[in-house]
Amino acid sequence: MNDSIWDWDTAWDVLPDLLEGLKITVIATVVGMVIAAILGLIIALVRRSGSRFITVPVRFVVDFIRMTPLLVQLVFAALLLVPALPPLAVGCGVLGIHYATYMSEVYRAGIDAVPKGQWEAATALNLPRGRTWVAVVLPQAIRNTLPGLGNYAISMFKETPFLFAIFVVEMFAAAQRYGANSFSYIEPLTMVGLLFLAVSYPTSLLVRRMEKRLA
Amino acid sequence: MPDQDDRHTDTGKQTGTQTGTEDIVTTDKTEGAVPAIEFRDVVKRFGDNVVLDGLNFSVAQGDRVTLIGPSGSGKTTILRLLMTLEESNGGLILIDGVPYTHEYRGEKWVEIPEKRRRVVRNRVGMVFQQFNLFPNMTVLENIIEAPVHVLKKSKAEAITRAEELLEQVGMSEKRDFKTNQLSGGQQQRVAIARALAMDPEILLLDEVTSALDPEIVADVLGVLREIAETTDITMLLVTHEMQFAREVSNRVLMFDHGQIVEEADPETMFTNPTHERTKEFLKAVLAH
Ligand SMILES: Nc1ncnc2c1ncn2[C@@H]1O[C@H](COP(=O)(O)OP(=O)(O)O)[C@@H](O)[C@H]1O
Ligand SMILES: [Mg+2]
Repeated sequence: MNDSIWDWDTAWDVLPDLLEGLKITVIATVVGMVIAAILGLIIALVRRSGSRFITVPVRFVVDFIRMTPLLVQLVFAALLLVPALPPLAVGCGVLGIHYATYMSEVYRAGIDAVPKGQWEAATALNLPRGRTWVAVVLPQAIRNTLPGLGNYAISMFKETPFLFAIFVVEMFAAAQRYGANSFSYIEPLTMVGLLFLAVSYPTSLLVRRMEKRLA
Repeated sequence: MPDQDDRHTDTGKQTGTQTGTEDIVTTDKTEGAVPAIEFRDVVKRFGDNVVLDGLNFSVAQGDRVTLIGPSGSGKTTILRLLMTLEESNGGLILIDGVPYTHEYRGEKWVEIPEKRRRVVRNRVGMVFQQFNLFPNMTVLENIIEAPVHVLKKSKAEAITRAEELLEQVGMSEKRDFKTNQLSGGQQQRVAIARALAMDPEILLLDEVTSALDPEIVADVLGVLREIAETTDITMLLVTHEMQFAREVSNRVLMFDHGQIVEEADPETMFTNPTHERTKEFLKAVLAH
């Protein structure tokens, strides 16, 4: 133990653990975001499909997921699934599904923003429905959703510490664990904050630039 | 040419076809015998607003028909019905004598399923006031998209044809540009090429120069004039360019409140209209 507030030796000592944790954090965010991006699009398309037998239950599930806390969902899913699946996989899945419900709204808005004239031109050219989606509507809609996707990626990244609750050793858990063993919390937690900032801030600048370019 | 075997042999009444009166319509597909476009008692409502109330008219094969009339008289609606961008509320629309969107099964007026509509829709092309090019594609991609994915042409074949058309509309050097790098007039010329790439029998043109700067209008009209001269495409156009209408069309229909008020060759319509409503309208249009 030492009595100064900040100890560089501790900081250096914990850094490898934190970087290891950061790797898990980034993996969880990237995998979670891929799931959210794909599943979100599927939800958006299903909700447009028209048939109420499909859209009503889907909407119920989407609302349910959005109205309950991520932490509760994580713990609940881990209780059900963890013996069968590694905690990180469960965490990525829950993050992905949770954010898919938000991404579906972003896609919906992106699809709605494609001008009616685009659909009409596709009809005038007799393009089949599927081809109209793939070649005309989705490329324009997805372009509209890129900033939203970036913003949710940052927000998901910042929520990965919840994975702590299901024993995934991401960056925050690594800091906690180090603190519990050495009784030094200041250095690990400060560095966790700085590392989060080091990733989030440049990403948010990138997203902002993308928003400006697409506007 | 029509290749449908389910086409109606009874074409009903024909108003003002070029060939005049035909009491008996034979089943063989003689040019001009079956109108390219026919509206029979077509009804279109938007809520309580009855836009077309039992409209009848037909356009013979190869005709160039201009629709004129005050704003809100239903001209756009007619073209949109022909492109299936709107659904009618009654009556029949026939292309080459084939019911297109609805038909009678016994007494019942029923919708024709999309699969059969697609066959007929292939013969109809449209150019829009706002061009509606696909901004995620280049000029060339815009033009070959439908020939490749609808007509199932090979890409090489579609590109060859697209290049011919780009040459024709004077846009060859913009082949690989994104559409947002083009001016309005250039976009409209690409849109015309895109419609022609589908080899339509019928081309619908809805105020295609209205969104353009005055100095560019002549370019686009020049392109259309050339198409009118060099092809036998049936054209149905809405325009406020009366001089252009006079040059390219052989019939003019004056609309008001979804009804044909007057119908004549362009010379008569523009120099010696019969109806008071037509006179007023032309005076107002020509005044500015
Ligand atoms: N999508 C629509 N919804 C409601 N009313 C419409 C719609 N499209 C056209 N209308 C109405 O139909 C009438 C005819 O319009 P339109 O065919 O565009 O006339 P025109 O092309 O001759 O100016 C107008 O009264 C217009 O307000
Ligand atoms: Mg109009």
